[in-house]
Amino acid sequence: MRHFKDNLLRGLLWLSAFLSVAVLVMIVGFIFYKGIGLISFDFIFGDYSPTGDGGIWPMIVTTIYTVLISLVIATPIGILAAVYLQEYAKQGRLVRLIRFATESLTGIPSIIYGLFGAVFFVTTLKLGMSILAASLTLTIIVLPVIIRTTEEALKTVPGSYREGSLALGTTKLQTLYKVILPSSMPGILSGIILSVGRIVGESAAIFLTAGTVAAMPDSILSSARTLTVHSYLVTQESGDIELAAAVGIVLIVLILVINLSATYISKKFNKSTNK
Amino acid sequence: MSIPTTNKQAVEIGKANKRKYMLERVSQRVFLFCALLSVITLLLIIGFVFYKGAHPFVAEGYSFIDFIFGSDWVPSEDKFGIFPMIVASIYATVGALIIGVPIGLFTAIFLAEIASERLAKIISPAVQLLAGIPSVLYGVFGLAIIVPFLQDTFGLVKGQSLIAVILVLAIMMLPTIVTVAETAIRAVPQTYREGSLALGVSQIGTIFKVVVPAAKSGIMTAIVLGLGRAIGETMAVILVAGNSLIVPTSLTDSVRPLTTNIALEMGYAFGTHQEMLFATGIVLFSFILILNFVLAKISAKGGN
Repeated sequence: MRHFKDNLLRGLLWLSAFLSVAVLVMIVGFIFYKGIGLISFDFIFGDYSPTGDGGIWPMIVTTIYTVLISLVIATPIGILAAVYLQEYAKQGRLVRLIRFATESLTGIPSIIYGLFGAVFFVTTLKLGMSILAASLTLTIIVLPVIIRTTEEALKTVPGSYREGSLALGTTKLQTLYKVILPSSMPGILSGIILSVGRIVGESAAIFLTAGTVAAMPDSILSSARTLTVHSYLVTQESGDIELAAAVGIVLIVLILVINLSATYISKKFNKSTNK
Repeated sequence: MSIPTTNKQAVEIGKANKRKYMLERVSQRVFLFCALLSVITLLLIIGFVFYKGAHPFVAEGYSFIDFIFGSDWVPSEDKFGIFPMIVASIYATVGALIIGVPIGLFTAIFLAEIASERLAKIISPAVQLLAGIPSVLYGVFGLAIIVPFLQDTFGLVKGQSLIAVILVLAIMMLPTIVTVAETAIRAVPQTYREGSLALGVSQIGTIFKVVVPAAKSGIMTAIVLGLGRAIGETMAVILVAGNSLIVPTSLTDSVRPLTTNIALEMGYAFGTHQEMLFATGIVLFSFILILNFVLAKISAKGGN
């Protein structure tokens, strides 16, 4: 009887793992199978045309804009915030409050960020539905990611580095810029790369703040659509699964490259600290 | 060396030191400000969303009870009831948990305990990568494969339904649950397993009676994170939900969860209608806050 139960459970474990892997392989396989026929140089680098045979270059450009703008703002703020939490703050009520706020921000669904962006950046700050409004909203979304990964990276810098530097008579600030930040750079970098992934994959918040205009953006104040929003809209409006899947291939390849480079950097980092 | 020069030098050094101290103080303030920004943005988000969402009930005399328990959502006739959406959100999330948690958890156990190291080394990173795939693509897959499949199998007029949402969300939460739970199970000390096996307990018995209970808090975190992803998902759900405004009575009914309502109507809503969408956001937000509270409770317990 016990053997039967053991075997049953063992079978269920194998079955579950098989199901998970099968379903996930199926999704990626489906996206590639459906979309690969559309992938060509003209599709990726061609201008969009409403008739459907145009390219997705405007959406790629819009995606790049959102990534760059939100990172330019979120990276310095996130790093300095982490520096404060790890290197300066006395552990107490204030730090607990900041940690609680950061963690809460992580848990908020992107549609709520979208609502906030729509009322605050789009309406109150009068930015209109624009790449800038979306990027500012995305800044808030990735800020906690950057803070957390930077904190983790700072934690790995041995205390002896700090003591050694301070003992040479440097100020805390000099130690920070010349010793601590450089030695935690790989960790910080992989955090930033992960944020790129988060931005590229985001859809609901961008949908509510950047709008849906399918054209090459004139400036960061124009409304435009990113790759994810484009993939959603062509599915929802015209049911064009092939096109949505082709955009999906571009997205998956992007995410793959982003994740692999983050893994590569952190692996390299671990090796160099183990030496 | 003449005395005046030394004085002059001393003054110079003093000045340089003063500048340095000044810089230290200023930069510390800047760092503090950056750290406080996350508190400020959280307050801004809560403030703006709640201000907008509470306005109709505070200033325009709408009843909050009617909003929560009303079953008619007809903005053109000034009727705003989100009960069907609340029910749809809860059903969809619970349904996704019922399917996604056992499969995800068993997969995590398999990868951590049963699979050979080589197999686990191939599958685990692949699953992790899948956690990063944009959720829209899960929706596209759902619409192209799951929806027609349901239509054919159950002879439905419209395959977009509660069960389609449940399946898409269950698949979407799999990578999150597997990755987090696997880490938790691997963190259980080897001595636990050895002790149990030494007492003559079988491998399967050891896994389910010793290892899994020991990793309980990590597994709970995995579930709550998966749950958070499911309840907040928007664009993928729109594609497969059908978006009908009815209280679902069967799995094959077309539904409209809370998130979907916001995204679908935000584009053209204004005035009270728009404020009611923010109120919908508040309800969603409250769900998430409760979830975060539970998560905090669990991780505090794990810490002890």
